[in-house]
Amino acid sequence: MKSFNYHAPKDVKDASKLASSNSAFLAGGMTTIPSMKLGLASYKDVIDIKNIKKLSGIKVSGKSVTIGATTKHAEVAASKDVKKAIPALAKLAGNIGDAQVRNRGTIGGSISNNDPSACYPSACMALNAVIHTNKRKIDADKFFTGMFETALKSGELVEAVEFEIPEKADYQKHPNPASRYAIIGVFVAKHKKDVNVAVTGAKSCVYIDQDLSKKLSSNFSVSAIEGMEVKSSGMNSDMHASAEYRANLVSLYAKKAVEAC
Amino acid sequence: MASLVGSRVERKEDTRFLQGKGRYTADINIANQTYAVFVRSPHARAKIKSVDTSKALKSSGVVGVLTGKEIAEDKIGGLIAGWAIRSEDGSEMKVPANPPLAKDVANFVGEPVAVVFAETLDEAKEGAEKVKVDYKVLKAVVDPAEAMKSDAIHDGVDKNLCYDWLLGDRKAVDEAFAKADKIIKVDLINNRLVPNAMEPRACVVDYNTASEEITLYTTSQNPHLSRLVMSAFGGVAPENKLRVVAPDVGGGFGSKINVYNEEIVCSWASKKIERPIKWVAERTESFLTDTHGRDHVTHAELAVTNDGKFLGFKNETIANLGAYARVFGTVTPTYLFGPCATGVYVIPAAYSNVKAVYTNTAPVDAYRGAGRPEATYTIERLVEKAALELGIDKTEIRMKNFPTQFPFKQTLVHTVDSGDYVAGLEKAKQMADYKGFEARRKKSEANGKLRGIGVSSYFEACGIAPSAAVMSLGCGVGLWESAEVRFNPTGQISVFTGAHSHGQSHDTTFAQIAADELGVPMENIDVVHGDTDKGTFGMGTYGSRSLTVGGIAIVNACKKIVAKGKRVAAKMLEVNEDEIEFKDGEFVALKSNKKKTIGEVAFACYLPGQRDEMKSPIPEGDEPGLIESSFFDPANFSFPAGSHICEVEIDPDTGNVKVEKYTAVDDFGRIVNPMIVEGQVHGGIAQGIGQALHENTQYDETGQLMTASYMDYTMPRADNFPEFNLGFTCTHATSNPLGVKGCGEAGAIASPPTVMNAVIDALGGQEISMPATAEKVWKACKAMKKSNAKAA
Ligand SMILES: Cc1cc2nc3c(=O)[nH]c(=O)nc-3n(C[C@H](O)[C@H](O)[C@H](O)COP(=O)(O)OP(=O)(O)OC[C@H]3O[C@@H](n4cnc5c(N)ncnc54)[C@H](O)[C@@H]3O)c2cc1C
Repeated sequence: MKSFNYHAPKDVKDASKLASSNSAFLAGGMTTIPSMKLGLASYKDVIDIKNIKKLSGIKVSGKSVTIGATTKHAEVAASKDVKKAIPALAKLAGNIGDAQVRNRGTIGGSISNNDPSACYPSACMALNAVIHTNKRKIDADKFFTGMFETALKSGELVEAVEFEIPEKADYQKHPNPASRYAIIGVFVAKHKKDVNVAVTGAKSCVYIDQDLSKKLSSNFSVSAIEGMEVKSSGMNSDMHASAEYRANLVSLYAKKAVEAC
Repeated sequence: MASLVGSRVERKEDTRFLQGKGRYTADINIANQTYAVFVRSPHARAKIKSVDTSKALKSSGVVGVLTGKEIAEDKIGGLIAGWAIRSEDGSEMKVPANPPLAKDVANFVGEPVAVVFAETLDEAKEGAEKVKVDYKVLKAVVDPAEAMKSDAIHDGVDKNLCYDWLLGDRKAVDEAFAKADKIIKVDLINNRLVPNAMEPRACVVDYNTASEEITLYTTSQNPHLSRLVMSAFGGVAPENKLRVVAPDVGGGFGSKINVYNEEIVCSWASKKIERPIKWVAERTESFLTDTHGRDHVTHAELAVTNDGKFLGFKNETIANLGAYARVFGTVTPTYLFGPCATGVYVIPAAYSNVKAVYTNTAPVDAYRGAGRPEATYTIERLVEKAALELGIDKTEIRMKNFPTQFPFKQTLVHTVDSGDYVAGLEKAKQMADYKGFEARRKKSEANGKLRGIGVSSYFEACGIAPSAAVMSLGCGVGLWESAEVRFNPTGQISVFTGAHSHGQSHDTTFAQIAADELGVPMENIDVVHGDTDKGTFGMGTYGSRSLTVGGIAIVNACKKIVAKGKRVAAKMLEVNEDEIEFKDGEFVALKSNKKKTIGEVAFACYLPGQRDEMKSPIPEGDEPGLIESSFFDPANFSFPAGSHICEVEIDPDTGNVKVEKYTAVDDFGRIVNPMIVEGQVHGGIAQGIGQALHENTQYDETGQLMTASYMDYTMPRADNFPEFNLGFTCTHATSNPLGVKGCGEAGAIASPPTVMNAVIDALGGQEISMPATAEKVWKACKAMKKSNAKAA
C-alpha cells in the first residue's frame, strides 16, 4: 500500500472540502482497503467519513425508508424498523458477504462502488430509491451508469438512500461460493401501480428486467412468468458462471421471489 | 493410575492459541531488521533477457537488491526433488535445475527473479516496483494432458516428461482382463488444490557477524530437514552454523515441507548484507507459490466377473509436477499413489503407470493424503461404477472383494499387517442408516430434489516412510524419527521430538504417552520441538507419521529411562534389578515393598549421594544423569482403513449440492486421544468435501492463475457441512509397540470419492468431474431430464 494522508472530518462540509480528483472517501473500507493493498488504487488523501454523525442511521416515514450512507449492513439487517417496513431489504443486508463484511461494509460504499454483483443496487432500482448527495437528489435509474460507475461527480458524497416502501417485495440471491457476492440477485418489488424486477450480477450493471416487470405488473403471480425464457445474450460469462446458467438463475429466482412475496 | 492414553485430555496448546498468545514466525522481530520483497515473474514462461536494478538501488530506504546472477555466482544451490524415480525403461528421472532466483528463464507466474531489501516494508515494495526485468514471453505449457505434445520447457527434458513409471505386471493384467465378463472404465481428473494454510509462509533470518551463525525462523513442517537441505544442497552454511527454528506454525498440509526459494535467498542474503531480514508472504504470493496438491489425469479400468469379483486393475495416469520437481513431488504420484491404487480389495493382477510431466504452473507436491487420495478416488470410483453396471449393491460388491485374512498381502507392494474391513463397513452402514436411504430418497424426490448415497472404503499407507519398506522399492531415503527424554534433576521432563506440530496437538498427545510410560502427571512434561538447537535431528511431520514413528521413539526413549531407573533404584534399595517392578511412577522392591519414586531416582542420577551415604546410587558402568534418546524406524507403514458413507441432496433447478449426512468409520488402531483424532478426521473430511465440491484451481491458457484470492477460490466453510457422524473400529498395528495407526490424512483420503459417488448416484450414474460445482451439476441435471424424457 502506498502511503497517503488520512483525514477524519466531523461534518460533510469539511469532507467535501478535502475531496479532490486524487482522494477517496473511506466508509467501511471493504473495497477500498483491499484495492489499495493490492496496488490497484492509490490516493493522496483518504477521507474517512465514519465520524460524520449525520451520515448514519435509519429513518422511516409513511412512504419511505431512508438509510444514512455509513449505516452498516448489519445495522440494516437488524433494524426492527426496516424489518417492519421493507423486510426484503433487511433480508438482503443480512445476506451480504459474511459477518465481518456486514459489520464494516456500508450502504453508501456499496452503491458508490456499484460492483456489478453487489446486492444493494438491485434494491435501489426495484424500490425506486432516491440517492441523496451533498449536492442533489438522484433517482436510482439515473445513478447506476455502468460497471463500477455511477452518476456521482468527483468529490460528491452520498448522504443517504431513500427507498419507497412497496406493498410487497423479496430478494433472492445465488451467492458466489467463494466471495459470497451475488452470482445473481433478483429484487422483486410490487408497488401500488407496477412491479419492478431488478437484477444484479447478470450483466455489467444492475438493470430492470422489463419483460418480467411488465408481465408481473399485469398479473402478480408465479404463473404469469412460468415458462418465460430469460435471454442470456449480454450476460456475463466467467469462470464462476456461464451466461446460460445466469439466465436460468434469473428466471428461477424471479419466480422464487414472487412466491416468497 | 488410570491410563492417559485413550482419554479425551484437553489440548495443552489451546490455552495459548485461543488467547492469541501463539508465537508465529511473523511475530518475531529482530532489532535492525530489513524487509524483503520479491520481484516475481508475471509470466508463466519467459526468457529473462536482463534485470536492471539501478533504479531500485537508488530508491529510498533500499539496502540491497539481489538477482539470479549473484546467487549463481555465489554457487548457492537450488531447490531439490527428494526422491529419485526410475522410468519403466530403466532411465533416471529428468530433473531440471531450480535456482532460488530465476536467472535465465522463468517457468511459472510468481517465480522469484530478484529480491529487494529495505528499511521498511513500504520501501521494499517501492524498490521492487523499480526493478526492471526485460522478458521475452514464450508460449506456456499449462494442460498436463497436452504437455507431452508441447514444446519442452526445460533443456534436456524431452516431451516435458520427468519419468514414465510402472509398478506391476502388464502381462498378468492383460491375461486377467481377457478372462473378465466386463471391463469397467473411468476417466478422472483429480483437481489441483491450493493448500491454503491459515498462516502464510514467512521467514526471519538473523546472521550473527561474530559467530557467523545464521538463525532462520521459518514456517516449516520439518526444521531439521530444512537445515540439512539448505546446508547440503544449498551450501548456505555448514549445518553447525545454521539454526533453523519453526515456532508455532499455522497449518501446513504438506505445503510447508519444502525448503523454498525465499528461505534460501534470505539466509544467503542476510550474510551478504549483514542485516537481519524479514519476509512474510501475502496471500496472493501463497496462492501463486506454495506448492499445490493433486492434479492428475487418470484413465483406469477394472476387470470384473458378472457376480462382482475383481480380476484385474489398470491405472494410466498423467501427473502434473508443475514447473519443477520438489521434495515429495516425484514420490507422491508414484510410491505414495501407485501401490495404494488397488484399495482394500483382493485384485490378483494390477499395474499403475504414471507419467509425470512439467508444465508452466506452480510446483505440485504433497498435500494432505499425498497420492493416497488420488489412489482412493481412482479405485472407489471404479468400484462404485462396477456396482451400478453389474446391478449389485454398492456395499455388497465391496464386501465380496475385501480380504478375509490379515496380514493381507496385496498384489502390488504392501503387506497390510492388520485390519477388519468388513467390520468397518458394517458399522458405517448401521450408523448411516443405509437401509433407510430409499425412503429418504423418495422423500427428497417428493420435494423436487435428487438424493444420492455414496460409499467409499479405503486403506492407506502412512507413517512415512520405513527404511525397510522404501529401500526395498529402490527409492532411497527412509524416514525414521528421533526422540530424547530428558529428566531435570527436580523431576520435570522435557520430551524432545523431531516431529513438528502445526495443528496436530503434539504438546498434548506426546505428553499423554510419555506420562503413561513414566508414571508421572502430564503437567510435569513439556514437549519440545521445532528448533534444531534443541533435541536431536528429526524428520518432521507429514504423511501421518508423528505418532506412529515419532511417538514410538518417545515410548522407546521412556523405556530406556525406566530401564536405567530400575538399575539405579535397585542399587538405592539394595536389591537385585530383577526384584524391582516399575509401576505408576514407582520402583518397588517386590520382597520388601520398599520403593523409590521416579523423581527420587532422577534426583539421585544427577546429585548422587547424600551425607553419610557411603555408596553412589549410580551403578557401576552407568553414567550420571537421566537422559535417553531413541531413533525409531518401523518395520512397515501403518495402514489405517475404514468406510465412509455420504448422502447428498441436489436441487436440480440450481445444481446446488447439499451434503446432508456424512458418516465415517475409521480404524486407527489404538487411539491416544479420541477428541484430537475426531478433530483430525473433521478437518480431513472438510478438506475432502472442499476438493469434491468447491475448490477449483484454474489457470488460463497463458498460465495465469485465475483463482489467486478468496474472492475466486472457494474454500469450504462451516455452513457447507452437516454434523459429521464418526465411529471407530480397532485392530492394533503390529509394526509399533503402541498398536497405533496414522489418523491425520484419512479424512481427506476417503471423503472425495464418498461425496462424488453420492453426487453421481443422485445423477443416476452420470459422471461428473471434481469439483462438482453448482453449474456443472445443473447441466448434468438438465441432461438427465432430457434423457429421462426420451426414455419415457
Ligand atoms: C468478501 C466480501 C464479500 C462481499 N459480499 C457482498 C455481497 O454479497 N453483496 C454486496 O452487495 N456486497 C458485498 N460486498 C461488498 C461490501 O458489502 C461493501 O458494500 C463494499 O465493499 C463497499 O462498502 P464499504 O462501506 O466497505 O465502502 P468502501 O470500501 O469504504 O468504499 C467503496 C467505494 O465507495 C466510495 N464511497 C464510500 N462511501 C461513500 C459515500 N458515502 N459517498 C461517495 N462515495 C463513497 C469510496 O470512496 C470507494 O471508492 C462484499 C465485500 C467483500 C470484501
